[in-house]
Amino acid sequence: MSPMLHSILAFVQAWWVELLCALLIVLVVPLIAVYIALVERKFMADVQARPDSTRVGPHSLLQQIPDALKLLFKEDLIPANADQFIFWFAPVLSMTAALTSMGAVAFGPWFQVARDINLGLLFAVGVSALRPLGIILGGWASNNHYPIIGALRSTAQLISYETTAGFALVSGFLLAGTLNVRAIVEIQRTDQAWFVFLAPVGFFIYLIASIVETNREPFDLPETKSELVAGSIAEYGGFRWLLYFLAEYANRIVVASVGTTLFLGGWLRPFPNVRWLIWLDAAPTLLLAAVGAYCVFRAGKQPAREQSLFMWAVALACFVVAAIFALAAPFGHLPFELMHNGLYGAFWLLLKVSAYIYIFTWLRFTLPRFRFDQLMRLGWHILIPLALINVVDVGIALALSSEFGLNRWLSMVITTVATLGAAMLLLHWNDKYADAASAGLLADSSVVEGTHAG
Amino acid sequence: MLDSVIFYFFAGIAIVSAVLMITRRNAIHSAIFLITTLLATAGIFLQLRAEFLFISQIILFVGGIMVLFIFVIILVRLDVPLPQVRWRTQKWIALLVTLAVGMEAGVVLWFARKIPGQGLIFPNPAPADKLHPNTEELARSLFGSYLLPFEIASVLLLVAMVGAVVMAKKRIDA
Amino acid sequence: MPPAYIPLLLFSLLVLAFPVVTLIVLKYIRPGSGGGPTKFQPYEYGILPETSASRPYSTRFYIIAMLFVIFNVETVFLFPWAVLFRSWLAAHLAGFALIPMFVFLGILLVGYVWLYKKGAFDLASLR
Repeated sequence: MSPMLHSILAFVQAWWVELLCALLIVLVVPLIAVYIALVERKFMADVQARPDSTRVGPHSLLQQIPDALKLLFKEDLIPANADQFIFWFAPVLSMTAALTSMGAVAFGPWFQVARDINLGLLFAVGVSALRPLGIILGGWASNNHYPIIGALRSTAQLISYETTAGFALVSGFLLAGTLNVRAIVEIQRTDQAWFVFLAPVGFFIYLIASIVETNREPFDLPETKSELVAGSIAEYGGFRWLLYFLAEYANRIVVASVGTTLFLGGWLRPFPNVRWLIWLDAAPTLLLAAVGAYCVFRAGKQPAREQSLFMWAVALACFVVAAIFALAAPFGHLPFELMHNGLYGAFWLLLKVSAYIYIFTWLRFTLPRFRFDQLMRLGWHILIPLALINVVDVGIALALSSEFGLNRWLSMVITTVATLGAAMLLLHWNDKYADAASAGLLADSSVVEGTHAG
Repeated sequence: MLDSVIFYFFAGIAIVSAVLMITRRNAIHSAIFLITTLLATAGIFLQLRAEFLFISQIILFVGGIMVLFIFVIILVRLDVPLPQVRWRTQKWIALLVTLAVGMEAGVVLWFARKIPGQGLIFPNPAPADKLHPNTEELARSLFGSYLLPFEIASVLLLVAMVGAVVMAKKRIDA
Repeated sequence: MPPAYIPLLLFSLLVLAFPVVTLIVLKYIRPGSGGGPTKFQPYEYGILPETSASRPYSTRFYIIAMLFVIFNVETVFLFPWAVLFRSWLAAHLAGFALIPMFVFLGILLVGYVWLYKKGAFDLASLR
């Protein structure tokens, strides 16, 4: 017994950062997910030019907690004809796939559950392949027409764009030459260019594919409220719905992190190698101090005393974190200086991931929805060939710059122009094809409903 | 020691899931247990340090082929539970044959281990620190020794594409 | 198992346990509920469902799934190639880096064009 205990203790001592990160992800990500939903609500109110609710907590900051509690205690209704086992299993599978793929994502050079695994980002991409299973099983288990049709459509949408996302990521991996997360970010530092500047079309395709992959507007036809009654998750209520919801938001964080790590430089601050821009290192501290100051300013204007106190507490938290960042600066005190890379890296990564998710939210409330066949056509007719052409072009660009000594940027510009030209051609052909096919499509209305064509 | 524990964990899940898979009456339940069996097999690949194989199993087999299976089960409506009575005698015959084949294999393996030079060969596994990174190593051998099978695989995929559409066209037209 | 995967394995077990444990615990904490058998009918905007969920669904989904499997295999072949690409370029093997994969993608491009012309990706009937 004792040698086993020793080996367990040794293991924990060697891997405590990873285990701590694992625990934090399981505990914190549900909280973060509901707060991302809050940010979306605020943004939605802003875009739709109306005031948002301000009842629970100042600026409705505490709204999500009673919402989550309500969902926990809501009645757990399983329809009579539903398949009990799969009704249980499907949301759990969705949630497990979403959170497990977060294990391979690195939130900064220190915080990662899977340290230095050879698969790196491919693990996150691969486990995300379990996503469609959760949806199709959930829809089927409800034993109701609408969820089944919604699940079929949702899964078809997800699998079509999984290939697109894969090809877009391949163009990033071509530039990186490795799958290891830490190595990818290091190469972006030594190459002195984020990969988004070297393969912009790849990033753009991945952005679109990641929006579709997470079933967001403008691609959320299978699950909108006005269409198929929330689609495949229509019969799930209370905590089971919360599991699907958490899985969806966790997926958003995962695809944003994968895109950020591969294309946007991960945890590097802008221009990490330029010496005279080192004052950018002070950005985290200043930003947090500014947020704290703003909270202090607003605290005086709150109508109720409790809300005032809450704002003071938030301001205090901001100042404390800003102080930790200031202490961890490269010319600060040991041992905080050792935490410099971890903290600052985490800050920049989370900033970029938040910007990525902000773009998601922005597109959500700005663009109208795609019809399902338009979505399929976009994926298979335009994005997949474009992504493949992009892979070929990035390969040629790298070969040109290494074999013929062409400047790296020049070869990238040439091939990007070629890719965009190919994109124009694809769009042109697709329009011609769509005009020819639309006459047949509209006459055949049963097709769009997903029932048997005949 | 840890390796054995992990192996038995995944192997146990694989065997239990496989048995459950073939004894379910509902096709979708079988599909779910096939998913767990495949995930456990992927875990065994990982335990053998074949990392790329592990992730390919998950991406292709579980994430692709199982989705296809479940689509087909839903579209063809195979999920209606079959009446039990047809399986009654078949179950006992199947069990008998399984025991016979299992005993045969066990007896052969047991006696073969005593024959010098012809018994089971247990090659020594490579020490962990000498292994190259798995994905790079696999890529090297795929584009090195196995380049022709790699190209033939693309022809195979082409045939699969054409075949799928032709067969589906027949069904739509029928 | 490479030691780096063990925290990942423990993490995935923890992630699996979290919803299961919460579901079980909540079943006992939740207050009781009433209501009759209508509550358990499948939801169809408030109308009672007339047929059971057994209408035939379109075969288009099968084609999409088949094609997805094939293109997924292609993606998985691309990952190892992408990883070694730069090292081949560094060893002055640019032709070797590009040509085999171009042949592979070319053969699949032929298939893709055939599918495009056949209308396999479209939701209308096949031509």
